[in-house]
Amino acid sequence: MSLEGKTALVTGATRGIGKAIAHALASQGAQVVGTATSAEGAESITAALKEAGLSGYGIVMNVADPDSIEAGLKEMTEKSGAPLILVNNAGITRDNLLMRLKDDDWTSVLETNLSSVYRTSKAVLRGMAKARWGRIINISSVVAGMGNPGQGNYCAAKAGVEGFTRSLAKEMSNRGITANCVAPGFIDTDMTKKLDDKQRESMLEIIPAGRLGAPEEVAAVVAFLASEPAAYVTGETIHVNGGMYMG
Amino acid sequence: MSTVEERVKKIVCEQLGVKESEVQNSSSFVEDLGADSLDTVELVMALEEEFETEIPDEEAEKLASVQDAIDYIVAHT
Repeated sequence: MSLEGKTALVTGATRGIGKAIAHALASQGAQVVGTATSAEGAESITAALKEAGLSGYGIVMNVADPDSIEAGLKEMTEKSGAPLILVNNAGITRDNLLMRLKDDDWTSVLETNLSSVYRTSKAVLRGMAKARWGRIINISSVVAGMGNPGQGNYCAAKAGVEGFTRSLAKEMSNRGITANCVAPGFIDTDMTKKLDDKQRESMLEIIPAGRLGAPEEVAAVVAFLASEPAAYVTGETIHVNGGMYMG
Repeated sequence: MSTVEERVKKIVCEQLGVKESEVQNSSSFVEDLGADSLDTVELVMALEEEFETEIPDEEAEKLASVQDAIDYIVAHT
């Protein structure tokens, strides 16, 4: 299998898109380490991988906390070696119209969704540069490009991730390291379940495919970007959204 | 046990892909040995690992030549 012998770190892997990504990479032969914010979450990652007959385990990491990132990376590197594949998937939403948005809603979304990507990427680059091989895949969102009322903080963070990814791609290309984004549209996860019926209905109206996406459909694109044949794709954002937005 | 000078030169050769004969103490990483900015960052990381030390960014920026690196290591390890 194409990712045999490589360690992959997937943040936010307890459920939804992150879980599907962890399983997709593991099924390609990678040793997957998934992160969760709690010990129970980490255990559920381990259990889910085991149940699927896949190689990997969960660890506790809060991507908004630099010390926690450092500790988590140390733990996984000792057990499994430095990650050559990093998938920054962990993210939160704190939706509100700008006129009602609190400073804390802004800061926490930027910290968890954008600063975390800077921190984890920086932390894994040394190992990737040494190996002359690396894949950094950041999960963005369709709203980074199209905007969305009530998500100023989330849209800003995700658009920031895309810009950061393009810079990173240029910096590290000649070391065999690629950096790309995958921008999911409306995917059937807990995050989109939070939307009310009216929001859901109006979203479905603008999706030409006429349905929500499955987490596995996002994971398949991530698995491709992590693979050897994707070596010449870098700095790119790939949309997975059933046609609702095409950049 | 190799001297600091030998160890530094060995790392310079490995990181920058140059021959030992090309590396003089006075060699500038960028001008003489063809290092780009990312090469110099990696070189500092490799020196940190070899000599088990941390080189702060503001010091790392000043290390322009092989002799600079040797002097820094001798003074700080």
